[in-house]
This record gives sequence, structure tokens and C-alpha cells, in this order.
Amino acid sequence: MTESFFLPDLLRILFTFVCAIVIVFGNAVVMGYLERKLAGRFQRRPGPMEIGWQGVLQLAVDGVKLVGKQLVIPAQSDKVLYRIAPIVSFAPAALPLLVIPFSPKLQGRDFDVGLLFILAIVAINVLAILIAGWGSNNKYSLLGAMRSVAQNVAYEIPMLLTLLSVIMVTNTFSLQGIVEAQERIWFVFLMPVAFIVFFIATLAETNRAPFDLPEAESELTAGFMTEYSGMGFSLFFMAEYTYMFIACSLTVILFLGGWHGPPLPYADYTSAIWFFLKVYFLLIVMIWIRWTFPRVRFDQLMNFCWKYLVPFSLVHLLVTAVVVKL
Amino acid sequence: MILYRYLAEAIFLGFIVLILFGSLLTVQARLLMHAVLGLAVALVGVAGLYFHLGSPFMALMQILIYVGAVCVMLVFGIMVGQTPNQAAQLRLSSHNLALGIVTCGAGFVLLTATVVRTQWVAAAQRVGDFSMQHLGESFIYRYCLAFELISVVLLTAIIGAIIIARSPQERNQS
Repeated sequence: MTESFFLPDLLRILFTFVCAIVIVFGNAVVMGYLERKLAGRFQRRPGPMEIGWQGVLQLAVDGVKLVGKQLVIPAQSDKVLYRIAPIVSFAPAALPLLVIPFSPKLQGRDFDVGLLFILAIVAINVLAILIAGWGSNNKYSLLGAMRSVAQNVAYEIPMLLTLLSVIMVTNTFSLQGIVEAQERIWFVFLMPVAFIVFFIATLAETNRAPFDLPEAESELTAGFMTEYSGMGFSLFFMAEYTYMFIACSLTVILFLGGWHGPPLPYADYTSAIWFFLKVYFLLIVMIWIRWTFPRVRFDQLMNFCWKYLVPFSLVHLLVTAVVVKL
Repeated sequence: MILYRYLAEAIFLGFIVLILFGSLLTVQARLLMHAVLGLAVALVGVAGLYFHLGSPFMALMQILIYVGAVCVMLVFGIMVGQTPNQAAQLRLSSHNLALGIVTCGAGFVLLTATVVRTQWVAAAQRVGDFSMQHLGESFIYRYCLAFELISVVLLTAIIGAIIIARSPQERNQS
């Protein structure tokens, strides 16, 4: 380490942070548009059409509207908690992007325990939802928040168990290492059951339909977000899209071979294209599921996790352990 | 390079302030919700200290486990306790005050004595090995006692939760 390393190092940190934030906002815009357009398609209507070609500028207009809106703070709410909840939800969302390997060279930092880093940061979102639900001092909000905690605590177990199966094969927590281990065969072909369990668990962890009980609009108005307006609401919204992106990136890294794909020129950098293609494919599947399946009931949700997913993933873990040992 | 050292020192002090702030929040809060969230802040500060000491694995495990624990604690507070937005009464009789001072003093003396008397040896090397094999072996061989003790703590917590969560009718039946 010499003096000359100083500036580039600091610049590199700054640059990575800027990139992460660009991805957060870019992803929110793309996902917002995709979701509305695809929802329209599934329901045989055109979706947003008025502003820009095919309504591409609709999101910009909505953004300006949300920024301009008044922030209403309910009189009976816990003022401090009510205000910090959206920040607690949104602020950590950019952090996991620092360790995600988009391509062999495009990665903020190859962290030894990158996988744990992502899981730890993502877990904070539940706390934010709970703070929001309680701070609003509203029955719907509180019910939504309680559901969110029950759901997240339950679905974390099959998720971590399937993750463990993958870790047992790769023998490393480094995301780059996990991707490199799939050079010959993607893990989705080795462990299809784990892939399905993991994907279902991520749907529940990101509060997406058919598991969107924390905000179930037909029964709880908007769940934990009921009292939020303007930017408070949109921060939750952007956080949700970012967590979806991270969940899909994690699925791609663990099961779909990360940046592996047909060879490209300058593959150290350009193979990020394969990564993004796979991630957005999964995101579109998530949207597809949301607009196709009805929401499950809460007892069904819990039964499905504890009676099917947890035993499945436990057996899977056991089988993987035996196979790895042989 | 000097700047880096200053930055590291500043971050270290930041974590200390975070821990103290969180602990104060926990102790002086009149609402259960605020107290538990203060605890969460203090725990994040401790995780930061682990990170600062070069043990990211511990730091991340701390966040991963305690965030979930704090959430569950809050839910328990909402479900089985008094209403969580009922401010706790200050019950500071002279008897309680004396007891509190004695306990805190004893704890402080014990901790200080240990800190002063321990000879701090810098770790000979940093273990950068996070493979399943290494982690498993350390849990089963080297830190076996601590590992087993933790499971006893967890067992106690589970039994305590069941006892608190039982409805009054069930309690009368048994």
C-alpha cells in the first residue's frame, strides 16, 4: 500500500456508491413501467399510453406528482417512528448491490461473506415495516406489519435451508465463488427442488403477490402503508422494487449461473448483459405471477410454509449433505 | 494512509456513540416499542464494532439474528403485553433505587476488574477462511462449550415464550 493508492481507492468507493444508487433508481423506473404495462396486458387493456411513446414518461410524471405531494403526518401517530420508517426501509436497499457480481470484473467488492451480507441487510426491511405499522397508530397498518413479521420469519427458514444446500456444494459464501462453481452446470439443473423452494420463499420475503398479505388492499386498505402519502409512500415502493431486484439477483447467482452465458467479446465486463437478462426474466415472472394468481389466505400461507416448504428443504439439505459426502 | 487511520478512528467512535445512544434510549424510554428499538440501535453498534475489529462474519450474524429477534420481541410486546403505547409508570421507591444502584455498581466493578486484569493479546493471524468445513469444525471442536450454552439459552427463551403466550384458560387447566 503506497500513497498512490489513496485517491483511486477513495474514488472507487464513491464510484461504486453512485453506481449502486443509479441502479436503484433505474430499476425502480424500469420496474414501475414494466409492472403497469404487463398488468395491462394480462388484463386486456393497454396500460399507461398518454405521456410519451407508449406511455414511457408516465413514471416521470408520477414521480414529480409524488415529490410535490404534502406529507400528511397523522395526529395520533408516533411522529419520530412514523418519519424514520420509510428511511429505514429504503436506506439499506442499495447496500447489497455493492457485493453483487454483475460480471467477473463488475463488482463493488468481492466480500468473503457476501451472501450473509445480503441476507443481513435485507432482514432490516421487516423491522422497517413493523416500525411503519406501529408508528402509524392505525389498525390496518398494525395488522399488515404483524403479518409481515410472521411471514418473513417463517419463510426465512426454507430460504436459508436451501441456501445452505448450495453452500454445501460450493463451500464458500463469496458470491463470485458461487458463480464460478457453476461454470460447467447451473445449480438449477442439479437441484431443481431447491430452486423452486427458494423462488417461492423470495416471493414471500419480498411481500409479492400471491403472498402480499402485509399490504392486501382488499382487506387492509394498504396494510402498513395506509397512512403514508407522497415521498413516504414512494420510498417504500422503491425499496420494494429494489428488494425484488436483489432477490432475483440472488436467485440468478445461486441457481442460474450468474453471468455465465454464451461467450462475448470483453467478457470480463460485457457478460453483465447475461446477468441482467436473467434477472429481468425472473422479475417479469414475478410480475406475471402477481397478476395471475389470487392472494392466498393467511392460514394457507403459514400452512404452506411450515407443512410443505420447511420439511422439503430439510430433506433436501439432508440429501445434499449425503450426496456431497459420497 | 494517515487519513485512513483517522477515518477508522472516527468510525470507531461513531459506533461507540451509537451503542451509548441506543442503550440510553432503551433505559429511559417510557414506551416498550421505543425501548426495544433502542436495543436494536445498540446491537447495530455492537455489530459495527465486530466489523471494526475485522470479524465481518460475527457482525453480519449479529445483524441477521438480532433484527429478527427484535422484530419478534416487538410482536410479542404488541400481542401479549399491555398496549405498547401505554407509557410505563416510573416506580422509583427508595428501596428500588438502592437495589438498582447496588446491582449496577456490582456489574460495573466486575466488568472493570475483568477488563483491567485481562492481558490483551493481539490475534496472531486473521482467519479469512469462511468455508463450511472451517466454520463447522470451530463450532464443534474449538467453541463447543459456547455453542452448547447458546442452545441452552435458546431453549430457555422458547420455554419462556410459551409460558407467556399461554392464554389464561389454558393456564387454569394445568
